[in-house]
Amino acid sequence: MSTLTEAPPPLTPTAPEKKPPRKRGRLVPYWLLLPGILWLLVFFALPMIYQASTSVQTGSLEEGYKVTWHFATYWDALSEYYPQFLRSVLYAGSATILCLVLGYPLAYLIAFRAGRWRNLIMILVIAPFFTSFLIRTLAWKTILADGGPVVGALNTLHVLDVTSWLGMTEGDRVLATPLAVVCGLTYNFLPFMVLPLYTSLERIDPRLHEAANDLYAKPATVFRRVTFPLSMPGVVSGTLLTFIPAAGDYVNADLLGSTDTRMVGNVIQTQFLRILDYPTAAALSFILMAAILVMVTVYIRRSGTEDLV
Amino acid sequence: MTFVNWLKRNLVVIAGLLTLAYLLLPNVVVTVFSFNNPKGRFNYEWQEFSTAAWQDPCGVSDLCGSLSLSLQIAFWATLGATLLGTMIAFALVRYRFRARGAVNSLIFLPMAMPEVVMAASLLTLFLNMGAQLGFWTILIAHIMFCLSFVVTAVKARVMSMDPRLEQAAQDLYAGPVQTFLRVTLPIAAPGIAAGALLAFALSFDDFIITNFNAGSTVTFPMFVWGSAQRGTPVQINVIGTAMFVIAVLFVLASMVISNRRTKQKA
Repeated sequence: MSTLTEAPPPLTPTAPEKKPPRKRGRLVPYWLLLPGILWLLVFFALPMIYQASTSVQTGSLEEGYKVTWHFATYWDALSEYYPQFLRSVLYAGSATILCLVLGYPLAYLIAFRAGRWRNLIMILVIAPFFTSFLIRTLAWKTILADGGPVVGALNTLHVLDVTSWLGMTEGDRVLATPLAVVCGLTYNFLPFMVLPLYTSLERIDPRLHEAANDLYAKPATVFRRVTFPLSMPGVVSGTLLTFIPAAGDYVNADLLGSTDTRMVGNVIQTQFLRILDYPTAAALSFILMAAILVMVTVYIRRSGTEDLV
Repeated sequence: MTFVNWLKRNLVVIAGLLTLAYLLLPNVVVTVFSFNNPKGRFNYEWQEFSTAAWQDPCGVSDLCGSLSLSLQIAFWATLGATLLGTMIAFALVRYRFRARGAVNSLIFLPMAMPEVVMAASLLTLFLNMGAQLGFWTILIAHIMFCLSFVVTAVKARVMSMDPRLEQAAQDLYAGPVQTFLRVTLPIAAPGIAAGALLAFALSFDDFIITNFNAGSTVTFPMFVWGSAQRGTPVQINVIGTAMFVIAVLFVLASMVISNRRTKQKA
């Protein structure tokens, strides 16, 4: 899994090394690329086109669907399912912020303070991946069970009062509330935040910290002025790797939530696999894709690390 | 005062360890509940200690069948994605060609796309083609989404490779095939292995894309999903625990071996 820590490949062409001119083998790169690229074109790009065309079709399962450029499907889908869209953004956003807050100390610990325990902690971060994530998500049903020790402790500490004031929980329950869904999302995507953070923290020259200390910077100032800015590439790729899958997820909302916590992924799944309303499902999926692409582009521009993607 | 100072200095360590505990808590619960003897159909509440499920891990119908299907799919998907991905990675690092930017985007996009979008659009394609959903459609989908991760892993390794090593081999009269097999491939091997491992893990644990494109075929994650609706057998926890333990032991063993090797060399 350590490869997840690598930054995504650059979209901008990297300057190729100067090579002695080859007489033969000009076609070699094309032959190397052909099978894989063909695979992605047929099973990734082409489906997107099919989906776009499905979203403007009308008809029924029995009579078949025809392209009628029925763009109203988009409007209908949006006006009917905008709460689920908002919820997806809200839950995935909260989970991403929580992942950053929880994941940063852990990544910092592994990078600077773990010493000879570093490898062991790394293994412990990655090892849960080998137990199916569905089994681990189901375990949260036990952990957050009504009247269990976790809910009891949160009640005693009056945390539940705060969360229910925020509308994240209801009464004495955590399970089947937005809080449970956010908790599950945070848990599931936390390693995707920790690993890129660790990679960029580990690259920081420790002498920069020493220099800052020598110049009488307080620990908080060192963090604010040196460590955090230098870890920005990790923060950006970590937040993207957390937010994107979390926004499309429907597993946590289904297993830990209720009908009031349905996210857009749940709607796409039911429309596609149970109700069989393909145009609506395709339109929703297309809107989700476009929204995420726009958000990601704006975010990367804003964060000023364009070389990342 | 000394305690406050100690707390101040180690605050980040304590916070980090708490996050680690949060990450590992579900695995502890999965392990403990693999020894449970639940009363009803669901294994969410502790009743009494029992090793019944460990003695009969395949006792639930279809469970081990779905496990073996998932392992088969993961094996073939890993093989396919590693082969195609390694070829792309070498082309990207070693050659100049047209449309490099487009190729890079095509490889990056599947990693930046929510799974449910890829799942839904691929299903539209299969429905339009009238394809029979099952083993082959799952395998096609898995190779598709694993491919980009393999490319990234292999590319990182090949890029950090010293090109002079290959030049040295050629200066010593090694042919292109010999250079590739004796120099390039061994150096790239850790990257290829990392990509393959990642592909295996991604394919084995995939639920969302599989759920859309599996038809009535049931993989292990789909079995777990179904059981969350019908009733969760303890055997699910047994298999989850076993996979966790095997993975940790495997990693620890490989670390011990590589430590010994470096010591022997030194």
